[in-house]
Amino acid sequence: MKLDEFFVTGEPLIYGGMVSIVLVTSAAIFLLTYLKRWGWLWQEWLTTVDHKKIGIMYILSALAMLFRGGVDALMMRIQLTFPNMNFLGAQHYDEIFTTHGTVMIIFMAMPFLIGLMNIVVPLQIGARDFAFPFLNALSFWSFFFGAMLFNVSFVIGGSPDAGWTSYTPLAGAALSPGPGQNFYLLGLQLAGIGTLATGINLMVTILKMRAPGMKLFQMPIFTWSTLVTTFIIIFAFPILTVALALMTIDRIFGAQFFTLTGEGMPMMWANLFWMWGHPEVYIVILPAFGIFSEIIATFARKQLFGYKAMVWSMILIAGLSFLVWVHHFFTMGAGALVNSVFSVSTMLIAVPTGVKIFNWLATLYKSRIQITTAMLWALAFIPSFVMGGVTGVMLGMAAADYQFHNSYFLIAHFHYVLIAGTVFACFAGLVYWYPKMFGHKMNERIGKHSFWWFLIGFHVCFFPQHFVGLDGMPRRIFTIIPEWMPLNVISTVGAFGMGVGFVIFVYNIYYSWKNSPRETNGDAWDGRTLEWATPTPVPFYNFATVPKVSGLDAFLSMKKKGETTFDETKLEAIHMPSNTGRPFIMMGILFFASFALVFEWIGLAAVGLIGTLIMMGIRSFDYDEGYYVEVDEIKKIERTVRGL
Amino acid sequence: MEKNTKHLPVQHIIGFLLSIVLTLLAVWAALGSDLPVKWIIIAIMVLAVIQAGIQLFMFMHMTESASGGGHVPWNMMFHGFVLAAIVVAGSLFTMSFGFTHDHDGDHSGHGSHQEEQQMHD
Ligand code: HEM
Ligand SMILES: [Cu+2]
Repeated sequence: MKLDEFFVTGEPLIYGGMVSIVLVTSAAIFLLTYLKRWGWLWQEWLTTVDHKKIGIMYILSALAMLFRGGVDALMMRIQLTFPNMNFLGAQHYDEIFTTHGTVMIIFMAMPFLIGLMNIVVPLQIGARDFAFPFLNALSFWSFFFGAMLFNVSFVIGGSPDAGWTSYTPLAGAALSPGPGQNFYLLGLQLAGIGTLATGINLMVTILKMRAPGMKLFQMPIFTWSTLVTTFIIIFAFPILTVALALMTIDRIFGAQFFTLTGEGMPMMWANLFWMWGHPEVYIVILPAFGIFSEIIATFARKQLFGYKAMVWSMILIAGLSFLVWVHHFFTMGAGALVNSVFSVSTMLIAVPTGVKIFNWLATLYKSRIQITTAMLWALAFIPSFVMGGVTGVMLGMAAADYQFHNSYFLIAHFHYVLIAGTVFACFAGLVYWYPKMFGHKMNERIGKHSFWWFLIGFHVCFFPQHFVGLDGMPRRIFTIIPEWMPLNVISTVGAFGMGVGFVIFVYNIYYSWKNSPRETNGDAWDGRTLEWATPTPVPFYNFATVPKVSGLDAFLSMKKKGETTFDETKLEAIHMPSNTGRPFIMMGILFFASFALVFEWIGLAAVGLIGTLIMMGIRSFDYDEGYYVEVDEIKKIERTVRGL
Repeated sequence: MEKNTKHLPVQHIIGFLLSIVLTLLAVWAALGSDLPVKWIIIAIMVLAVIQAGIQLFMFMHMTESASGGGHVPWNMMFHGFVLAAIVVAGSLFTMSFGFTHDHDGDHSGHGSHQEEQQMHD
């Protein structure tokens, strides 16, 4: 292969991308060397198995991916505003909407939420780490390398361009030759290992490692939403794994599962994709529901209204989410019976979702609301998300969907649920748990600026898209007719408003790091659940002594009784897992193998695979049992962080 | 922690090798053998059942309740089977009602014709 086939050539924008990658990488290497931080990077981060640090790495990566996906989005908006300027050609536009969708769902939304779960769930249930800390590190590196593999495609080899749904036959070898689509397949496959492993890890952690006395129906609601999500992950992700593997075998080894020739069934891809895909959208919304529930209860200063109904509605949503997938291809030509069945099941989902909405409203009703930045995001979520739900039910009517399908109306729907739901929740959750993570709050004044920019930008951007969709503008097109111009220009203005909001948000991270007063006790918001019982900064073992739980809102009753998580009479040595570089190395090798497979260099891929197997063998004979933190050391640490 | 975890996990190694062998057998049945298609399908199904058995008995916790160390995760297994049923039955349902898969370009559909007629009555 010649070098100019390996690197993407001929696009000024992509050359710009290359230059900035080289610049950022060299700047990072220079800084690490100049500040002599390589050892720190390795010891504190790359080899850590601490759930809090892994969570921070997830969130940082997710923010970077939000930036990447956001730049893609703005480029698409610019193209649609100046369709005749030749800013993006048809091919480049196809590549960008593909990477935008994939990056946002797989490499932004999920990792962001999993990052928050990493940090918060063990703290909420009184655990000292995940059930399998090594596996947790492995999961993170699998996501990270999967994301990197997907992201290099735009400079090396060429981006995938068949949409984030990658429908066959378009995505098959005949119509999408070259490495682009392989990047999609292997990037998702690699990251999928981590998602599945995290699902199992979190489920075991929640089921087995709760503080003594904490019953399932006494868990904080965010932990509940995580538990339900892990069920969906465990049952949905294998479907994606298999579908990706089948398409990979089709493309690289010449099988015919999804081809038009050789008796393949292209439709089966759409079927399998959405059997995973619809549960996937609930994987990214249920944790968001959990986050909003926590925030609303905290700042309404009330116990969450209808806790049990909240839990059961999530369980119901999770169950139904496996029974509605066909609503994504009503128009592909299945018979009326099939469409009717899935129409009904789809609309059913709105019922438990409505229950949740009313419970949030009832929690707020007659409460003394504290308008913090986190609460603003939560308050804005409710009406905005309802709009997405209403259009969802409209789309769920199969007959009507023949009109809406693949138009900007659909685009408006899923951005209303994904942005007003998931993205708002990520921001809200980050702001809310920020003091727990970093020992200081994010600045409220700047935070509110970023909120208003983002919220207004969001509605200005996506509200008009309902109408331009009803006017017939299809999704995934790079030029438009004059009738659609005005609404598109408004959309773009809104999109840039959201961009400003994001930039302010990131600036706020920097500003607060410089200027925010440091937290002196761990309870930044007068919280109700156990994560606020730990001191800030949280010691690496989380709880010096694990409290005994006897009801909902465990920390609230601890505060009443004057208990803390540092009961000197009950101190015992704490067993902790050792750091290890193996997850990083193993996933690095698998990255190499996947990269080789993308270019169909079978020999090199085999070498990488053997390397991975060797790493697995080494792990199998690893008898490191971790170490103990002695009582004296615990005392010393606790006294320092608690200022005793 | 006791040191008694240090011996070789013999059962797991046997199970691992067995599952690789079974997979290779399935590949051979599909690619290398001269069996008629029907028999290939039956063979693969049988291999899959054996494979599932190996997973359940050699890796999962099916045998643990006997040793008193745990319990059989009936709950998860039940959900797993329900999901498998949804995937298979659901795919058949959506892929075969109203579609035809013949390649003569006739889109009116044979199998579904009657059904559609009824719907329009
Ligand atoms: C009341 C609940 C909901 C209903 C009834 C609903 C219904 C639908 C329907 C029928 C479609 C397909 C429309 C078409 O392709 O023509 C769709 C698409 C979509 N929905 Fe929803 N939805 C709901 C909630 C959600 C949530 C909570 C999310 C994610 C957070 C979500 C994300 C999406 C996405 C990403 C698509 C588009 C996928 C694509 O084609 O690329 N939806 N929704
Ligand atoms: Cu769906």
